[in-house]
Amino acid sequence: MSQTRIDRRFKACAEAGRPALVTFITAGDPDLETSQVVLNSLPAAGADVIELGMPFSDPMAEGIPIQLANQRALAAGQTMDKTLDMVRAFREQDQDTPVILMGYYNPIYVRDPKKFVHVAKEAGVDGFIIVDIPAEADDELCIPALEAGLNFIRLATPTTDDKRLPAVLANTSGFVYYVSVTGITGADIKDTGRVATAVNRIKGHTELPVAVGFGVKTADQAANIGKDADGVVVGSVLVNAIRESLDGEGKATATTVRAVTDVVSDLASGCARARSA
Amino acid sequence: MNDMANSIRTGPDERGHFGIFGGRYVAETLMPLILDLEQHYKDAKNDPAFQGEIEALNTHYTGRPSPLYFAERLTEELGGAKIYFKRDELNHTGSHKINNCLGQILLAKRMGKTRIIAETGAGQHGVATATVCARFGLPCVVYMGATDVERQKPNVFRMKLLGAEIVPVTAGAGTLKDAMNEALRDWVTNVEDTYYLIGTAAGPHPYPEMVRDFQSVIGKELREQMMEAEGRLPDALVAAVGGGSNAIGLFHPFLDDKDVKIYGVEAGGRGLTGEEHCASLTAGKPGVLHGNRTYLLQDDDGQILEGHSISAGLDYPGIGPEHSWLKEIGRVQYVPVMDDEALEAFQRLTRVEGIIPALEPAHALAHVIKLAPQMDKDQILVMNLCGRGDKDVFAVGQMLGFDI
Repeated sequence: MSQTRIDRRFKACAEAGRPALVTFITAGDPDLETSQVVLNSLPAAGADVIELGMPFSDPMAEGIPIQLANQRALAAGQTMDKTLDMVRAFREQDQDTPVILMGYYNPIYVRDPKKFVHVAKEAGVDGFIIVDIPAEADDELCIPALEAGLNFIRLATPTTDDKRLPAVLANTSGFVYYVSVTGITGADIKDTGRVATAVNRIKGHTELPVAVGFGVKTADQAANIGKDADGVVVGSVLVNAIRESLDGEGKATATTVRAVTDVVSDLASGCARARSA
Repeated sequence: MNDMANSIRTGPDERGHFGIFGGRYVAETLMPLILDLEQHYKDAKNDPAFQGEIEALNTHYTGRPSPLYFAERLTEELGGAKIYFKRDELNHTGSHKINNCLGQILLAKRMGKTRIIAETGAGQHGVATATVCARFGLPCVVYMGATDVERQKPNVFRMKLLGAEIVPVTAGAGTLKDAMNEALRDWVTNVEDTYYLIGTAAGPHPYPEMVRDFQSVIGKELREQMMEAEGRLPDALVAAVGGGSNAIGLFHPFLDDKDVKIYGVEAGGRGLTGEEHCASLTAGKPGVLHGNRTYLLQDDDGQILEGHSISAGLDYPGIGPEHSWLKEIGRVQYVPVMDDEALEAFQRLTRVEGIIPALEPAHALAHVIKLAPQMDKDQILVMNLCGRGDKDVFAVGQMLGFDI
C-alpha cells in the first residue's frame, strides 16, 4: 500500500519529535450540527488524528462516558449515512488530517462490508478500528478494507501475548492501538511503567507506530505515555467535556465546542512536551 | 450409527461457525480467554472423570432424569396426537438452567477461576448460577437490567439469599441485552480470575456449543424414555426459544432423525407488525452482537432493538447461532406465539393437568394446542416443559386483574 494519510501524519509527528494526539468523538453527539462543528474544530485545537465513533446501541467495550455519548447521538437521530456526511463535510476543509471510523461491526455488517469500504473511502475515511472483529475474522472486513486502500487498525491488549501478537499484527496497518488496561474505555491507568514496557514489546514485533489509549485523561498523562508511544489516544475525557457543557435538557450550549477544543489544546500541550524533559 | 458425512449434528466448525452463523466476535482482550476456554472445554469433554462428576450432580443434586409425562387429559381435550411433557420444570431451581450451570461451574473450577459472573433477564439463570456458586463456594456477581430487577423481585431476593451480589444495569433499556453488555465489560476488566457463566446457547464460540452439550441431556434422556414408553421416536418436538438453550438441548439429539418434525416457538409479543415482540428468527435479520453472528431484532441502520414479551425469559433480541442455521437449512420450523395465546395456554395447563408452567413453556404449549389437533391419534408429540410457573404467578395475577 502506498503511503496513506495516517502514515504521513505519524511520520510528520515523529519528525517533529512528539507523539501524535489521536482524538475520539462520537459522531452526532450531542446533535449532528454541533458534532460537525466539534469535528471541524479538532485539527486547529491540536488533534493530529481523528477517530470518529459510529454510534451503536450496544457499545460493550465502552465505559459510561462513551456509552452515554452513543446514547446521546442515537437519541438525536444519528445514522451511518449522517456519519459519512460528516466526514465528507470535514474533507471540504481539511485534506490532511486522517479520519478513522471507530465502533462495532453490526452497523457495517448490515450494509455489506465489501460495499461499505468503498463508500467510506469515497467519503474521505482513512481507516477503521472495529472493536469486535478479532484477527481470526480478518476476511470479513479487514482484508476488503485493505484492498480498498484503507488502513485497518487493530487493538493489541495486555492479554495479547508474544505468541498471539504476530497474528494480531499480520494485517494491521496505519498504526497499532495499544489498549493500556484490561478493561473498558475511560478506566484508570494504574501503572504507566507497564504501559511503556508493553509499547516497547510491541515495537519489537512491528515497524508500525504504536498509539496508546483507554484511560489517558490529562496533559501530564499524555506527556508521560507519549515518551515511548508514537501516539496518545483520548476519548472519554472529550465526550465528558461535551456532557458537562450541556444544558438541563441535554442540549448543546454556546460553550460545548469550546469545552472540547480547550481539553484538546491542553492535551496537545502534553504531547508537545512529552520528549523535551 | 449416523453417517457423519450427512449428519447435521457435527457443528460448529473449528472457527465456531454453524454455516455463516456463530463465530467469535469479541474484543481482542477477550480473544485469548475464549481460546483458552475452548481448549479447556475440549479437554473436559473427553475426560470421563469430568463427565462422571456432571452425571452424579445431575442425579443427586438436580434430580435427573426428569420424568417423561403423558398428558392424558390434555391429549383427550385436543383430540389429536398423544402429548408428552419432558418435565425439566421439576429440576432443582425450577428450570432447565441448572443443567448448564452445573457443567460450566465444574469447568470454571477446573480452570482455576475464583470468581463467577453471569447475566440474567427473568432471573432463572441468575438463580441457577447463584445456586451452583453457593454449592461450590465461589463468589457470584449477577448483572441484571434495572427494569428486570424491579419486575422480578422474588428472584432477586432468591439470588441474594444464595449469596450472590446483584448489580442492576441502568444502561440502555435496562433489560437482558444490557445486562449481557455489562457482564462483558466486567469480564474484560477482570480477565485473570473471572469466569463468565453465560446462560443461553449464544455468545462467542465455544459457548453455543458448550451450553448445547450441557443441555442435550434433555434430548438424550427423552430418546431413552420414549423408546421405553412407546417403543419408537416421537413424531414432533416443540420447545420455546428465547436464546434457545432448552430448545437446542431437546432438539440436538434428534436433528438427524429426519422423520421427527421440530418446532421452535418464539415470543410474538403483541404481534409481529410492530416492534413489540422477540421473534428474532421470524422477524429479524442476521447481524453480529454479543460475540456471535445470528438473527437479531434490529433497525435498518444495524441498531439493536429492545424486544418485548410477556415472558421476561424470552425477552432477548437475539437467538443462539445454531438455531439461526437450523432455520436457514429448514431443519427446524420457527413459529411465533403471541402474549395472549401464551397466557391462555398457561391457564389451560394449570386447570387441565394441574401443572403451573412458566410463561416460556406456555408459549410452546400454545403451539402444541394448535398442532396436536392436526396430527393423528397414533402420532406422538413431545414438548419441553422447561420451567415452572411459581416465578410468574404474581405477574400473571396482575394481568388477570387479581390483587395478590
